Amino acid sequence: MSGTFTLDGREIPFEPGQTVMQAALAAGVFVPHLCYHPEFRPHGSCKLCTMKVNGRPATSCTLPAATGMEVESDTAEINDKRRMLIQMLLVEGNHFCPSCEKSGNCKLQALGYALGVMTPHFTHFFPDRPVDASHPDMLLDFNRCILCELCIRASAEVDQKNVFALSGRGMKKHLIVNAESGRLADTDFAPTDKAAEVCPVGVILRKRRGFAVPIGKRTYDLKPITEQVERFMPVTPATKEKVR
Amino acid sequence: MQILRETQEALGWLSPETITAIAKGVGWPRAKVEGTAGFYSFFHTQPLGRYRVLWSDNVTDRMLGNRDLMQAMCRKLWLEPGRVSEDGLVSVDTTSCTGMCDQGPAVLVNYRAVTRMNPERVAQMADLIRAEVPVAEWPAEWFRIQDNVRRADILLNNAMKPGEALQARTPDPTAVLDEIKKSGLRGRGGAGFAAGLKWEACRDAPGDERYVVCNADEGEPGTFKDRVLLTRQADLVFEGMTVAAYAIGARKGYLYLRGEYRYLLEPLKSVLATRRDAGLLGADILGRRGFDFDIEVHLGAGAYVCGEESALIESLEGKRGVPRNRPPYPVTAGFLGKPTVVNNVETFAAAALIAAKGGDWYRGIGTAKSAGTKLLSVSGDVARPGIYEYPFGVTIADVLADAGAVETQAVQVSGPSGICVADNEFGRRIAFEDIPTAGAFMVFDRSRDMFEVARNFAQFFAHESCGFCTPCRVGTTILKNLMDKIGDGHGTQADISEIFQVSRVLQMAAHCGLGHTAPHPLLDTIEKFRPAYERRLKSLDFEPAFDLDGALAQARQMTGRDDLAAHLENAE
Ligand SMILES: Cc1cc2nc3c(=O)[nH]c(=O)nc-3n(C[C@H](O)[C@H](O)[C@H](O)COP(=O)(O)O)c2cc1C
Ligand code: SF4
Ligand code: SF4
Ligand code: FES
Repeated sequence: MSGTFTLDGREIPFEPGQTVMQAALAAGVFVPHLCYHPEFRPHGSCKLCTMKVNGRPATSCTLPAATGMEVESDTAEINDKRRMLIQMLLVEGNHFCPSCEKSGNCKLQALGYALGVMTPHFTHFFPDRPVDASHPDMLLDFNRCILCELCIRASAEVDQKNVFALSGRGMKKHLIVNAESGRLADTDFAPTDKAAEVCPVGVILRKRRGFAVPIGKRTYDLKPITEQVERFMPVTPATKEKVR
Repeated sequence: MQILRETQEALGWLSPETITAIAKGVGWPRAKVEGTAGFYSFFHTQPLGRYRVLWSDNVTDRMLGNRDLMQAMCRKLWLEPGRVSEDGLVSVDTTSCTGMCDQGPAVLVNYRAVTRMNPERVAQMADLIRAEVPVAEWPAEWFRIQDNVRRADILLNNAMKPGEALQARTPDPTAVLDEIKKSGLRGRGGAGFAAGLKWEACRDAPGDERYVVCNADEGEPGTFKDRVLLTRQADLVFEGMTVAAYAIGARKGYLYLRGEYRYLLEPLKSVLATRRDAGLLGADILGRRGFDFDIEVHLGAGAYVCGEESALIESLEGKRGVPRNRPPYPVTAGFLGKPTVVNNVETFAAAALIAAKGGDWYRGIGTAKSAGTKLLSVSGDVARPGIYEYPFGVTIADVLADAGAVETQAVQVSGPSGICVADNEFGRRIAFEDIPTAGAFMVFDRSRDMFEVARNFAQFFAHESCGFCTPCRVGTTILKNLMDKIGDGHGTQADISEIFQVSRVLQMAAHCGLGHTAPHPLLDTIEKFRPAYERRLKSLDFEPAFDLDGALAQARQMTGRDDLAAHLENAE
């Protein structure tokens, strides 16, 4: 069913099967997100895209759009919560942006700037997470993993390999690879995999490719993420080319 | 999951090679099997000793002195909690509430429940472990679980013969469903959704197969009424599931039993076998052509979140118990994507009674919006802990009087995710109109420190968060850390306002009920028992969470010292 709903007072059209977030992005409205990716089924775990629908909180990336919904997104109350979610992710892992190869291309960092996150606010957890450098071409720096499961989905759905999975529960939840040894080198992972390019932060990195584009010239250095909504538009025949 | 459990029961733990072999056997990616094993507290991917003793760590166990007993046990076994002994013989640790609050302190030994622990039992148990006596040869008395039924009504007094409810009505699924709708029966697992509407939605959902699932995960700390129903009225529960199957047209049912109730597995299986022999399960039940239905018991493995219905379904499918995105709801896309009814144990038991005696009869019991009776699991500071079945509408004060509670300060109704009721509210009623409950009723007298109660609950939620969504995964740990900071005497007003802020993020953005309700005990106790917090605050505005003296604890332990000189001067 197609129709329209209002988002922060603006009328947004939607196509059958679209979620609130897809419709908003398609209409050119930026929505903060980390676990959403235009080419994958929505996941609903990071909660950055939380909105209020008819006064009640909802996860906009998984909520099917419906006619007449009244949706709030870019409000002080909601952005306040989003800021705190970013801060939670920052203290949960070990994020030292100045030394991170992903700096400038990182969605977590870009959203932090966009939402005005000035400090991590909470006490750092400083978890002990090892780096896996066993693979000849790829590096896994688990310190920065935000558990968005994009690599898992890409490896299972596109690469048909299931290289990545999750283990543990709660704060102990962590990414694992599909090998008895637990090492990436012992999986069939390849640098050409879809899973090698989807990580929104700096976990899955190519070796010997460091700083090819200098800091200051990278994706979100040039323009804030909020002004690059075309990167995230839903993949329909019309939008496919825009999303590389 | 049943393969993982049976393998572990045979081999002691799940080694990397074992996981590889299981993955090959079931045709899953290896990492997915490892992910399932890693999710549940009762599966171990590391050797944890031939004897594993887990102390139930609900606040009611703490009130009965479980911490001192555990320390004593560790001393006797030369152990540290959470560590395996050098010889690989034994490990001792804590676990979330095991549902034995009326007969605590309780432990699980190799996942078998032992209740009423005391210093003598601790000493004997340590000797048996050191002598490597198999658990099967331990005193049978230790493993005896009491029902402690203190007040029985229509459910616990039920004396129907197996099959009576199925035979009572004219053989017509619609008629059965109508009785359930007429009865006003609402779900007993917490949310209180109308059972009749749920069944109808499932019956009407498109699909070639349907499933009936009984939620016997009973993970809410302080709740143990489903355990007693499954002990005393298992037939009634299975009959209720069969009634549901008949009404919606399901051919297969599952009872999801929490891992802590492992000891009930064999008795339940034998009830099912008897029912099969009597023609009450299997093909052409009661000789009605095409009325085919059977039930399997699925054992959980220590994860509170699996009580959430969609997580429970994921777990039934052998996966990590993570709540699904909704919609779609289980009634349209549940187990294996098929329409599925999930109800609580008590809901099914009540449904069987309704099928036998009619919706009008049932509606006449209880209050206007809450038909029927409710089982309460009463524990804590009362003379007579146990199960009390009341018609809906009973006041808190009445329950307290019946249970022999004196000097009561507060009651935690419906467990940590429920509400904390202070003494000026004891006139309130147990009913969906006033205080709804899944069944827990934990009583605290005036000697109890309500801050420590809330801290115990904060630890519970942090331990049980599934970790799927950011706000709950990180937020419950932040809340726990804040409570620890306050509890250790380093808290300030700023930490209290921080609790409020983090709570609002959880309530707004968490993915499931666990995250939404995790802040409740903190917010309730801050509001109703604020002095318990303020006594602990330092007067400063900000106090660093880093505790310099605390950081020396490891050094003290290594040198075996704990004298004054081994502490920083300024530490109190
Ligand atoms: C974190 C969480 C834990 C839950 N645990 C249980 C449980 O142990 N037993 C139960 O019956 N329902 C539990 N529920 C409620 C179930 O999701 C579901 O509503 C219930 O099983 C439906 O049955 P009912 O309608 O008969 O109550 C839990 C819900 C949440 C969010
Ligand atoms: S490695 Fe990257 S893509 Fe994979 S879960 Fe972690 S943050 Fe997400
Ligand atoms: S709220 Fe907690 S338990 Fe529920 S999905 Fe999120 S992390 Fe898991
Ligand atoms: S983008 Fe919606 S939850 Fe992550």
